[in-house]
Amino acid sequence: MSKGILIYSEISADEYIHTVVFELSSKALELSAKLDNTPVMALLIIRPDLINSYKEAFRNCGFDKVFYVVDERFGVYKNDLFAEAAIQAVRQIDPEIMLIGATCQGRDLTPRISTALGTGLTADCTALDINEKGQLAATRPTFGGQLMATILCKKYPQMATVRPKVFKPTVENVTKDTAFIKLSVDLAGFESKIEVLDYTKKAVAEINTLDSADIIVAGGKGMKNEEGFALLKKLADKLGGTVAASRVAVEMGLASKDVQVGQTGKTVSPKLYIACGISGALQHTIGMNSATKIIAINTDKNAPIFDICDYGMVGDAFEIIPQLLSKL
Amino acid sequence: MKIVLCVKQVPDTSDIKWTENNTIQREGLESITNPYDVYAFESALRLKNKYGNVSITALTMGPGQAEEMLRKFIALGADNGVLLCDKKFAGADTYATGKTIASAIESKISDYDLIVCGQFAVDGDTAQTGPSIANFLGIPQVTYVKEILEYSEGSVLLVRELDCGVETVRVKLPALICVLDNDFEPTRATINGIARGQAAKIERYGIDDIDLGVEQAGLKGSPTYVSKAFRAPQKQVECEFLTSCDDLAHQIKVCGGLCE
Repeated sequence: MSKGILIYSEISADEYIHTVVFELSSKALELSAKLDNTPVMALLIIRPDLINSYKEAFRNCGFDKVFYVVDERFGVYKNDLFAEAAIQAVRQIDPEIMLIGATCQGRDLTPRISTALGTGLTADCTALDINEKGQLAATRPTFGGQLMATILCKKYPQMATVRPKVFKPTVENVTKDTAFIKLSVDLAGFESKIEVLDYTKKAVAEINTLDSADIIVAGGKGMKNEEGFALLKKLADKLGGTVAASRVAVEMGLASKDVQVGQTGKTVSPKLYIACGISGALQHTIGMNSATKIIAINTDKNAPIFDICDYGMVGDAFEIIPQLLSKL
Repeated sequence: MKIVLCVKQVPDTSDIKWTENNTIQREGLESITNPYDVYAFESALRLKNKYGNVSITALTMGPGQAEEMLRKFIALGADNGVLLCDKKFAGADTYATGKTIASAIESKISDYDLIVCGQFAVDGDTAQTGPSIANFLGIPQVTYVKEILEYSEGSVLLVRELDCGVETVRVKLPALICVLDNDFEPTRATINGIARGQAAKIERYGIDDIDLGVEQAGLKGSPTYVSKAFRAPQKQVECEFLTSCDDLAHQIKVCGGLCE
């Protein structure tokens, strides 16, 4: 019988365990408590020399078992190679639930695993629970974030992906006597059809600033033009924050897709989110409504953004921001 | 080179209205072509224009009205259109959709080099159907494709845009790629193109035509099902409206943890 909650443990290009793994393990511990303490497990597909350096992290985050598969070729992620290894490994582990971070790698890899195993996969869940029948109830936004759907799966493992920052990692260490189990998979004759010729890490300025920012200053359609976004940048710089944008603003060419917040962009949870000229369509707010505090500036006092913010000011951000800059 | 372009119609989610019972009002909900599929088409068309001897077959699964979308793609430069249309396909999740499309490609198009999909559809936003099709066909996939650099005998050279970096990969054909947004100037249909689109014969296949069992398609063939759908909850806060920039600056400092 399928047993346990398995978390795919992505190793980032710079050889760290992706932070989403520990957000998922925190949620898995909660789910496990509702499933007679079914084991919380990890799957690592990894270069042989790296496994020892990660053991401590898994012990401290409540994992009961860590399964790992090693091969020299695992230093570089390739979809077909990793999928083959993961499929063989998951068949051996036979978990009842499998959770994966909805990162680029997770979204690239997971549908191949679920399809090969003949099971279902629910993408970008924002809530996970165990229902009265012991099934994984995976809730996700759909219809541009306006409708929530709770999805169940008839097959095992019940698989779900979750974006980074949706769940919080465990605050306290949950130290366990983790078992590390090496699995053998047959890849001897496997030849990848994919050749990775080059990988260039994006400059720090282009990445992750949204994920780690305490303060985000975001602009929407109401910021109209490049001048508008230049104002947002000034405000963000003054506050030590970073600039984000709504989908409309990205489509207007005012900001890069990398900083788009919302259903088709990123999910963020800063201490403070300042929404300027953003009407507050659910498509957008689903990506930022877990911010600790939200402040909105908008010319339309009936804009839906004012329904979800803590403080609001009705007015033109083009007039308000310069005044703010002189007062901060 | 033979390209299969997988496209889909989606409801225009930017304009959703609610009934009094908090269900989506489906009457009058407009359908649009998934924007990422338009980017996928533009990428395929650039290959066709650059290399010649490239054919594009636009394929979709959907209701009869989706035929119009296929005609539009033919007007813009695709060569053929295939519509998978059957009540038994309804309610499919990404697994059953992948299975259905893969079966159709295998049984009706068998000779193909490259399958091009959009990275996401803006309604479901799962990014799963492309990889699922590739898995059923047993071919490699490359997702998050920002640019197709070159096609040479038996492979394509691609640029992928990922969370933290940019990757250049070569993949052997046949393969499936999922394309991100790009800056290509949208192609406009010519009068001749529109006439070609209207005159084109759209191949239409149902479940019996594509070597698929009833239990493998639609809701029946889907491992997942929706147990409950509800309107997204709103954060329950009372907005305090401020009228002076002094107050606003003060609250920004307090909320942002910037007070001394």
